[in-house]
Amino acid sequence: MEISNRELWTVLHGMAFGALFLLAFGGGLAGLYSLRPAWITAEGLRERMIRLKVGMWLMALVAWGTVLSGTYIVYPWYRAAPPEGTTELGAYPRSLLLSSESTNLWHEFGMEWKEHVGWIAPIAATVAAAVVMMYGERLASLPAVRRAVLWFFVAAFATAGVAGLFGALINKVAPVR
Amino acid sequence: MNATQDTQPLSLAPAAAALLAGGIGSVALGLLTVLAEASEPIRLALRFYAPAGPLSGKTTVAVLVWLASWAILRGVWNKKEVDFGKVANLAFILLALGLIGTFPPFFLLFAAE
Repeated sequence: MEISNRELWTVLHGMAFGALFLLAFGGGLAGLYSLRPAWITAEGLRERMIRLKVGMWLMALVAWGTVLSGTYIVYPWYRAAPPEGTTELGAYPRSLLLSSESTNLWHEFGMEWKEHVGWIAPIAATVAAAVVMMYGERLASLPAVRRAVLWFFVAAFATAGVAGLFGALINKVAPVR
Repeated sequence: MNATQDTQPLSLAPAAAALLAGGIGSVALGLLTVLAEASEPIRLALRFYAPAGPLSGKTTVAVLVWLASWAILRGVWNKKEVDFGKVANLAFILLALGLIGTFPPFFLLFAAE
């Protein structure tokens, strides 16, 4: 049972960082949505806020880890150009996908979308985490701010979701090895 | 909530600055994606880290624009009151424009021949 360095990084980028971010979203969403004075006691609010702050910053940190490892470690392996005359393109996923009309859309649409939109996730997640940190428990009595943070948080999830989905699918069709 | 928090006047400017800066960062990424597609010199200039190609430059510049705009807005709006609803709406419009700019069927419309 072996795993190469490249496969390990791909797993870290996609499953460890990416999946952790997507999984933690549910907790953050529930925490933000239910942050209403009428729904929770002052003590409950205090207890929940610590968890929410830690969770939001952890998610932002994980999102940065995902895009940085993706862009600077995994992506260069994906887009590496094969030496001239190479016919076996298995080690060059981008070239492999572009070599056939039946697979070129995986790169031209899927990868192109993933590599760009994924970067909106850490920005939006950091904005959401920063506002939660700045206002803390007072956020419960500021519905407009809470709603705006919630939408940024949802945007972070949606963009990470697109990037994660296409990453998983592309790695099936043309894996980084 | 503690007494100190309750007695402090609550400015929404820091939240507005954070949200608007997020929108600006997003639209910067969208704009750079379109520009790199439309112009070969810009695409080459954005190759900050050659193995990752222009993606390294687009994302680095967008992050710098985001952080700089956040710092500037925090400074400009320091202790001022802002119309939070209007600023939040603007932030969402910019965020949406960023999403459009990073969508391949859109930015490929600008691809250089």
